[in-house]
Amino acid sequence: MSAIAIDINPAYQPEGIEGQGFFATSLDKVVGLARANSLWPLPFATSCCGIEFMATMGAHYDLARFGSERLSFSPRQADLLMVMGTISKKMGPILRQVYEQMAEPKWVLCMGACASSGGIFDTYSVLQGIDKIIPVDVYIPGCAPRPEQVLDGILQIQKLAESETRRRRESPEYKKLLAQYGIE
Amino acid sequence: MNEVVEIIQKKIQEKFTDALLSFEMNYDFPVFVVQKEQVKNVLSLLKNDKDLNFHFLTTLCGTHFPDNEKDSEFGIMYQLHNMPKNWRIRVKIFMPKTNLDVPTITDLWKTANWMERQEYDFFGFNFVGHPNLTRILNMDEMNYFPLRKEYPLEDMSREDKDDKMFGR
Repeated sequence: MSAIAIDINPAYQPEGIEGQGFFATSLDKVVGLARANSLWPLPFATSCCGIEFMATMGAHYDLARFGSERLSFSPRQADLLMVMGTISKKMGPILRQVYEQMAEPKWVLCMGACASSGGIFDTYSVLQGIDKIIPVDVYIPGCAPRPEQVLDGILQIQKLAESETRRRRESPEYKKLLAQYGIE
Repeated sequence: MNEVVEIIQKKIQEKFTDALLSFEMNYDFPVFVVQKEQVKNVLSLLKNDKDLNFHFLTTLCGTHFPDNEKDSEFGIMYQLHNMPKNWRIRVKIFMPKTNLDVPTITDLWKTANWMERQEYDFFGFNFVGHPNLTRILNMDEMNYFPLRKEYPLEDMSREDKDDKMFGR
């Protein structure tokens, strides 16, 4: 028992005042901490990127380590929309409806070349990137990206969730962004 | 196979004298080109005749050959199968771009319903008498027929690709 692991990263702790048996910080930071570490993803998986995501959810890569083991197949209970795979133009309105049904705060993670830009499917039937219909927070490049990249993408989303203000939806920037897409 | 082809040819010519325009063997696949006006009669004969008994419509598909003569630019291919005897044939019709009316065969084979909708969707054939001739695979808002050769295959909303680099 003499060997002590020294390469452990302790959990992120926001700035605050600490004393014997108490810790004081701002509400925004506490809420951010809670949100970031309990994201409920909605997997919108349409093709091979979805298979990589299944590996990410599996025991080997284990997305549960980051507090996202609870997949939500109802958009109303999800915080994070993960779009994985080719989105055809016919699927576009459905994706947009799923996004609109999600409650604030919500984030969008766009996995793989097809979802990000249409990828190799430069053709009449395929949407050339989901950012034509909904705002995207994080893009994961690759075809298909490896599970490590998906984990990295989730960590990027967590950083956003941590640092954003508690009532993001009321900020003028956010309203402007949504207005660009004609949402609300 | 040759006897089969002869029987089919004879039967068609007996009933519809000038319906059969040409015949060829495509590898081991007999292909009959028939008059568009007569195609429904011919298909009906092929299906209902006791000896021929082509009871199964494997597929039908549209074609567009812009280099063909003007009066045979567009075409439709029907592929039929007689399962008990394992005979398979193709029937083709051709037509000009100005007249894409084709008699529907949904009353012969129910399965033709979705196949004909698909060919309408991609080429714009007008299947006269079809119960519900609407788009089936592409989105309803699409305002052209994407597999016609006069339209580019690529999506024109793409801005990051220039023609020099991507050969568009």
